[in-house]
Amino acid sequence: MKKWLIPLLIIGAIAFSLYNWAVGFNNTAIDLKETATNKWGDVESAYQRRYDLIDNLVETTKGYAAHEKETLEGVIKARAEATQTKIDPTNLTPEKMAAFQQAQSGLAGALGKLMVVVERYPDLKADQHFKELMSQLEGTENRINVARNRFNEAVNPYNKHIKRFPNSLLAGWFGFDALEYFKSESGAEKGVKVDFGTDNK
Amino acid sequence: MRYYSSFIHIIKKLQINYFLLIIFSLSFFSIVAQDTTLPKKPKSDTSVYDDAGLLSVSEKSYLEQKLINYADSTSTQIVVYTVTSLDGKNINLFAAEWAHKWGIGQADKDNGVLFLIAKDDRKMAIQVGYGLEHLLTDAMSRRIIEMVISPYFKQGDYYSGIDVGTTSMMEVLSGEYQNDETNKGSPLSFILFFILFIIVIIILSKANKNSGKGGRGYRSSGTGPIILGRGGSIGGFGSGGGSFGGGGFSGGFGGGGFGGGGASGGW
Repeated sequence: MKKWLIPLLIIGAIAFSLYNWAVGFNNTAIDLKETATNKWGDVESAYQRRYDLIDNLVETTKGYAAHEKETLEGVIKARAEATQTKIDPTNLTPEKMAAFQQAQSGLAGALGKLMVVVERYPDLKADQHFKELMSQLEGTENRINVARNRFNEAVNPYNKHIKRFPNSLLAGWFGFDALEYFKSESGAEKGVKVDFGTDNK
Repeated sequence: MRYYSSFIHIIKKLQINYFLLIIFSLSFFSIVAQDTTLPKKPKSDTSVYDDAGLLSVSEKSYLEQKLINYADSTSTQIVVYTVTSLDGKNINLFAAEWAHKWGIGQADKDNGVLFLIAKDDRKMAIQVGYGLEHLLTDAMSRRIIEMVISPYFKQGDYYSGIDVGTTSMMEVLSGEYQNDETNKGSPLSFILFFILFIIVIIILSKANKNSGKGGRGYRSSGTGPIILGRGGSIGGFGSGGGSFGGGGFSGGFGGGGFGGGGASGGW
């Protein structure tokens, strides 16, 4: 009687603790992933803000610098491309992230060119509406940076959670993949530099 | 002789302990040193931090009191911080992350403002909490920097720049939030206040004893007089949960969130 009872109890205890561990792992991973995907929503809405501004910016610039067609069209095209690459937050694959980042840096590059062109139009730079738009653009670039930082900060604990040793065994089982960080690249993706010419004076 | 040798023995032991202590503290500092991205949250949550030393003691305490009074009536917390250098950081991003970490403003209203001034970089930034973005917009922040503050800073008059700048912010924000915490005055907060009051008294009496020795990490020249300066407001505590006497904002930073709205500029 007692001979088989003890091993059974041990097996039972082990099974129970394994189950607890798996449930704990799963729930924590879900929570952490949820936080990260929420932050991704903030990233996208910060970029959305940039899109909205660009429409205004292009319109205003047209009024003063209509014959800078090429640059303006470049911005419009890059904006359209960037708008198309939306990511479903529940499906943040590395490939999609890369595509998103590339589209955004394309847009930032086009905007950067526009900023250079604008330098040649003092009337435009003095336009009150344009100035406001530039202030908003500065704020938006900052919001984008903040949102990206927060996203990365949220990805970090999730990735750590699923990549650490015993957990990593379960991660594959439950289908938790590591999330991609939003890489801050040098150059275009650094954001659009908004210069009000105050430094030159 | 026996006493002597045991004495030596103790000294030796002490030396080893000292040695360990030094190693320990060094390793501790190296850990701390890595975390220099944001300034450490101060022990007292107040409204003006003058790390760059741009203000005189009386100027600082005047501005501090002005902003604390404003926070007491509106719950909106405006914080002025001066630093010597940004070490190459993006001032807007830096200020936004910083203000968010500290949680300036109330958690439910997100009504905080951080006005950061970097002396050597000749740059400043106004970072606005989520709850104030619709009033103190990016464009408005920029206008305040460019038109109100910058002219004073160009003349090296930091005090006036900060003074009129913060007043402009208040005008822009006027009427949006009221402090509805003032009349709650729970017994717990009163007890807490009472304890703090006693602590302040103790600090005051100690500060008087060894005047000359400054406070801990703070700008030593400022510590004594500021505590005394705010002693005046201690008298008003009967009105209920108003100011915490020695501690700047009543209740400290409330946990307000920042998303990067605001503007920066140079002078």
